[in-house]
Amino acid sequence: MTKRHFSSIVLALGLLLGSIQVAAAEGGELPSAGTNLRDQASLQRGAKLFFNYCVGCHSLKYMRYSRMAEDLGLTEQEVMQNLDFTGSKFHDPVISHMPKASASKWFGKAPPDLSLEVRARTADWVYGYLNSFYLDPSRPVGWNNTVFPNASMPFPLWELQGMQTAVKKPGSDEVEKLELATPGKLTPAQYQQATRDLTNFLEYVSEPAAMQREHYGIWVLLFLAVYTLLAYMLKKEYWKDVHE
Amino acid sequence: MANVFTRMGDWVVERSPGMLPMYRKHMTEYYAPKNFNLWYYFGSLAMLVLVNQIVTGIFLTMNYNPSAAGAFDSVEYIMRDVEWGWLIRYMHSTGASLFFVVVFLHMFRGMMYGSFKKPRELVWLLGMLIYLALMAEAFMGYVLPWGNMSFWGAKVIISLFGTIPVIGSTLVQWIMGDYLPADATLNRFFALHVIALPLVLLLLVVLHLAALHEVGSNNPDGVEIKKGPKGNRWDPLKPADGIPFHPYYTVKDLFGVGVFLMIAAFIIFFAPMLGGWFLEHDNFIRANNLVTPAQIKPVWYFTPFYAIVRMFPAMFGTAVWGVLAMFSSIAVLFALPWLDVGEVKSIRYRGTGYKVALGLFVFAFFGLGAVGTDLTAELIPKLFGHVDVTFWENLFGRSMTAIYFGYFVFLWLYTHLGWEKTKPVPERVTTHD
Repeated sequence: MTKRHFSSIVLALGLLLGSIQVAAAEGGELPSAGTNLRDQASLQRGAKLFFNYCVGCHSLKYMRYSRMAEDLGLTEQEVMQNLDFTGSKFHDPVISHMPKASASKWFGKAPPDLSLEVRARTADWVYGYLNSFYLDPSRPVGWNNTVFPNASMPFPLWELQGMQTAVKKPGSDEVEKLELATPGKLTPAQYQQATRDLTNFLEYVSEPAAMQREHYGIWVLLFLAVYTLLAYMLKKEYWKDVHE
Repeated sequence: MANVFTRMGDWVVERSPGMLPMYRKHMTEYYAPKNFNLWYYFGSLAMLVLVNQIVTGIFLTMNYNPSAAGAFDSVEYIMRDVEWGWLIRYMHSTGASLFFVVVFLHMFRGMMYGSFKKPRELVWLLGMLIYLALMAEAFMGYVLPWGNMSFWGAKVIISLFGTIPVIGSTLVQWIMGDYLPADATLNRFFALHVIALPLVLLLLVVLHLAALHEVGSNNPDGVEIKKGPKGNRWDPLKPADGIPFHPYYTVKDLFGVGVFLMIAAFIIFFAPMLGGWFLEHDNFIRANNLVTPAQIKPVWYFTPFYAIVRMFPAMFGTAVWGVLAMFSSIAVLFALPWLDVGEVKSIRYRGTGYKVALGLFVFAFFGLGAVGTDLTAELIPKLFGHVDVTFWENLFGRSMTAIYFGYFVFLWLYTHLGWEKTKPVPERVTTHD
């Protein structure tokens, strides 16, 4: 390989990485979710939060209880007793019992299925959303959100976080920052950890295969590295007589 | 054991005497120049990806449901309930993007070393037809998961045909089989994606290779080895600078395959969405004709051409100009062998004007890509603060469009009017490593 080729490859890679970097920075102000799918305890805590606070309205229609048990290191009994409040069978998907028609009437829009929420929105968005509710008497349900303005969702985690109010920019309707007006059961740090766990769980739900692929990926890459080395040696051997 | 194989081989050869000569002609007695460099890996890699797409595609077809009601669910079913379904799908989705990566590099190699020039015009034309079929194949495949970007992407791309005067709107309905992309559209795209276009692609690849092996491969020096001295270690009548494709280039390509697969595997196993570039966030939302994604933009490999459409305003009561320009941007590549008629093939021995022009062309291609992916719309406010983003984006995009087309105009003038000052081309190929 000549120097010229090398520099053109470096340039091409630089352009590619640069554009990925820009794309990653898209959501600008969102805080980092800091999720980790290898943290099983966090996933279990997130699942507990989901089944206590979210499943009343939101389904995970592509997620089976049984698959979740397997991936989160839970037994059938644990899942059926502590998490399955909908009376579903172990191999059923997670379906909320809220009737869709009444839900539309209550909230103006039926609560969306959250199976793919993290893939559609990113983990940072979900984490930011869960931390950005504030009291807004002008909204029908009394809550508003800075990450998703005018969301129709009430804030079910208020008893954990407490109630935030918005500090507006002087002379404008723009929200400058949120302040915790009434503390909840958890400290701000505990609440952030709780929403991190919940986001982590939803990230797992949006792609259960993520656990497997990273596990197998290492071995595939190792195999390919050995293969490539052998192929390189074979090529060198064959090509000896071309460069006489 | 060896005896059994020999006898089996003899048995076949006795009954099909043409087979062995064909194998020799295309493999062991196809003499390729011995100075291929890095750029010469991408042809065989494109074939590898094609095979990957066909094999993974067959397995996806076994579990995919081609209907507006079932498509999205069936893709998630593949991702979650089908054994290894996630791997098959990621191999297919990553393969689609990497197909364009290797094909773009392969085409650029052809431009840079003059591989489209006499006597290889037919090889180039067949290659361009492959590229055209590949774009159609990729577009239709992108619609199949029936995510929201599939839907809106399909709607926007199909509506490009609606700009054609008089027949436009009828044509759009005819393509979709409905007033919106719907069940009928999805079904016909499925048929075209899994049967019609793969057959066309395979046929074109065979013709592309047959045409190539008739005239022989070009090389980084652009020297015709068939016109050089004769006689090598294997055959006294064959080019002295040629080596048998098998085993020399087959073992070399095995190494290239290893490097390529490491990159592909890294994406498949650790970043299958590649930050939203290979799989887009909006496509994890089911198709919904009532909810428009915040930005409708095609996948990255279409963005340079899509940007060209956007750079032409509607004039004289029709918006067809941008569409015409987009089709011209691909059509002009077909004409390349007759636009660039310079005698010297390789960039190594061509005039400075050519080198600058090709550099600008590459810059314009990336620049148009940045416009098409909305990178410019994001970067302009970041770099220049509060300015009229649309104005500057249009100015930049139009300049890039002008450079893109200007490249071909320049080449025509440069070579037809004899402005090019070339360097002497060596008699034989040169080797660097």
